Amino acid sequence: MSTKSSRREFLKLAGLAGAGLVTAPAMALAGHPVAGANDEELGMLYDATKCVGCKACMSACKRVNGDYGSLAYEQAKFDPDKLWDAPQDLTGSTRTLIKLVKDTPKEWSYVKYSCMHCQKPSCVSVCPVSAMTKDKITGIVDYNKNTCIGCRYCQIACAFNIPKFQWEKAIPQIVKCDLCKNTNLKQKGISACAEVCPTGAIMFGKRKDLLAEAKKRLAEHPKQYVNHIYGEHELGGTNHLYLAALQFKKLGLPELKSEAPAEFSEKIQHTIYKGFIAPVALYSTLCFIAVRNMKKGSAHTDEQKKNSDGGDQ
Amino acid sequence: MSHDEYQIHKAKILTPSFWVLLTLTVIGFALIGVRFIWGIGAVSNLSDGYPWGIWITYDVATGTAIACGGYAVAILIYIRNKMHYHPLIRSAVLTSLFGYGLAGFSVMVDVGRPWNAYNFFVPSQWQANSAMFEVALCVMAYTTVLAIEFLPAVLTRLQETNWSRARAFLEKYHGRFGLDTPVVLEKLEKLRQRAVWLQPKLDKVLIFVIVLGITLPTMHQSSLGSLLLIASTKLHPLWHTGFLPLLFLINCMFIGYSIAILESVISSFGFKRPFEIEQLSGLASITPYLTTIWLCVVVGDLIWRGQVGNALRFDFYSAFFLLEFGLVASGSLLLFSKKRRQSPRWLFITAVLIVLGGALYRFNVYLIGFNPGQGWRYFPSLAELLITVGIVAFEILGYQVLVKLFPVLPRLHGHEVVEKA
Repeated sequence: MSTKSSRREFLKLAGLAGAGLVTAPAMALAGHPVAGANDEELGMLYDATKCVGCKACMSACKRVNGDYGSLAYEQAKFDPDKLWDAPQDLTGSTRTLIKLVKDTPKEWSYVKYSCMHCQKPSCVSVCPVSAMTKDKITGIVDYNKNTCIGCRYCQIACAFNIPKFQWEKAIPQIVKCDLCKNTNLKQKGISACAEVCPTGAIMFGKRKDLLAEAKKRLAEHPKQYVNHIYGEHELGGTNHLYLAALQFKKLGLPELKSEAPAEFSEKIQHTIYKGFIAPVALYSTLCFIAVRNMKKGSAHTDEQKKNSDGGDQ
Repeated sequence: MSHDEYQIHKAKILTPSFWVLLTLTVIGFALIGVRFIWGIGAVSNLSDGYPWGIWITYDVATGTAIACGGYAVAILIYIRNKMHYHPLIRSAVLTSLFGYGLAGFSVMVDVGRPWNAYNFFVPSQWQANSAMFEVALCVMAYTTVLAIEFLPAVLTRLQETNWSRARAFLEKYHGRFGLDTPVVLEKLEKLRQRAVWLQPKLDKVLIFVIVLGITLPTMHQSSLGSLLLIASTKLHPLWHTGFLPLLFLINCMFIGYSIAILESVISSFGFKRPFEIEQLSGLASITPYLTTIWLCVVVGDLIWRGQVGNALRFDFYSAFFLLEFGLVASGSLLLFSKKRRQSPRWLFITAVLIVLGGALYRFNVYLIGFNPGQGWRYFPSLAELLITVGIVAFEILGYQVLVKLFPVLPRLHGHEVVEKA
């Protein structure tokens, strides 16, 4: 066992030495194992059956985060006087949004969209410059515009289509919910949307408490809800959880597997690049072959030259 | 391996095609200016559902594959030890240099906050989980490597020059623009001496740079496939597979060889030089084996994942899949005949088929097979297309001009004999 691991250590060291600077941080960053969901992280439980669609959460979000996320008010096409903020979808100036979804003329439900704060976020996994980060304690998935290069890989990666980009700006940024990390949460210990919700449709707290509450509600009123807590297992679990009376798919929340896509992609990426050994080995092998071929080749051409010279004379 | 395998293509630079390409380049670059003033939304149809459009799909994902001629030819020469392909390498390296350099440039047009790109060089910001990080570093490194690989052509030119044009220029404008003829000439002479000094030293270490130029594309071309691994809910199952990195790697190789053929046939035709049939048919004999491996992986993977039904459904996705598959398969089937491999016409046709099929594969993965749901639609805007056209035009323009300034194209041995006689 010990000899095996020491051999591995040796190989790692060899890889390090060969690859020079690139390796150390790559190895340190690569592959931290992900156990089950961390229920100590902060999140929100949105109960669609309690929501009355007042949109107080939306305006509170813009008011509180306005300066921080440059959340401009949006103008709708039917509104030449610019009287209303009427976003149609999450956008580069809207982090959270309430929509009314009709199933039948008599059955409908409100639904709130915002960042799901995944346990294993794809956006964090793909960001090449660590502009997307996940707080180790609170679990908040945060965005830093000062390091972001605007490559929008986070948008490609997110299964919920949450990160939004400011397409119309010369100096654009990505916009997404950060659970009021630097604003309301810092000052009052609660996200602005949860704070202002008049019906208690948004509950803020630790994931374990939210899950317990959701399970309690499901048990007490089984007929009122679809028997599923959306976000409990989706993509390895999200910290934003949902209860609703309509099928979640109808609410625009996609049906997802319980494996995080980042697990799959990182597994392959790490198999190829683990400890940078493969690329270094490839380079050394290729060097060996190429140098040998060069020598052979030049010896060969020298000989040819001699022969042809001799022939000429 | 001596440097006199290459020659400068002595011809007029300001041809009609030069002006056409220049116009397209200027239009493209003007629109890039618009993009930087009024935002990406002002020139493109990109959206939050389709954050990557034609720029990433063509300029980066496909463009770098097309720029893999230098990579593919270098493998053949230095690893498979077929040194008689050596005369092809410089033009292949030059097109690779343009392809990669401009891919890097168009990334800077595409990303929203390019001024933050320095973070790629800040170790504390590195994110080794990201395939994008790997692609970015490798592409930057490879572009540098290509520039070094092309350096011998520049150095040779510098050593042989007597600065006749510079002299003429200086005599005409002596005293103006602060130009003092003797001083400038002295500086130019120093530059020449430096080239003389550098060339043999560079020759000694060049092989290690060349091998780096084989390692880096192997890494990032596979990572270009890895980029879409994460989009498991958005990329159509016909293309979303754990084999994406392998498929992209083989794909760039057969595109690389086919492009080397195309490039040679087209420049022979355009510059009115004889076709390099022997070497091209040699290259063409490699591609069908690569494409066969690729097609086998594609089919085997589809069977393994139970997606054959999807492939033969003849719907939108299936149609694009079959088109991509058919182009690559027909091109390689035709190439199995030795007779066709000796004909410039068939070499050209098969190379076009394989390049189109291989490029379509990358389009399918990055754009056509990508569906973020919720009714998102994307088709590139005119301005977006013109920017891409401008960048491609600049690439061809640069190639045309540089082969007339530096020894890039293979020396025509036949012509030498004529001159001697």
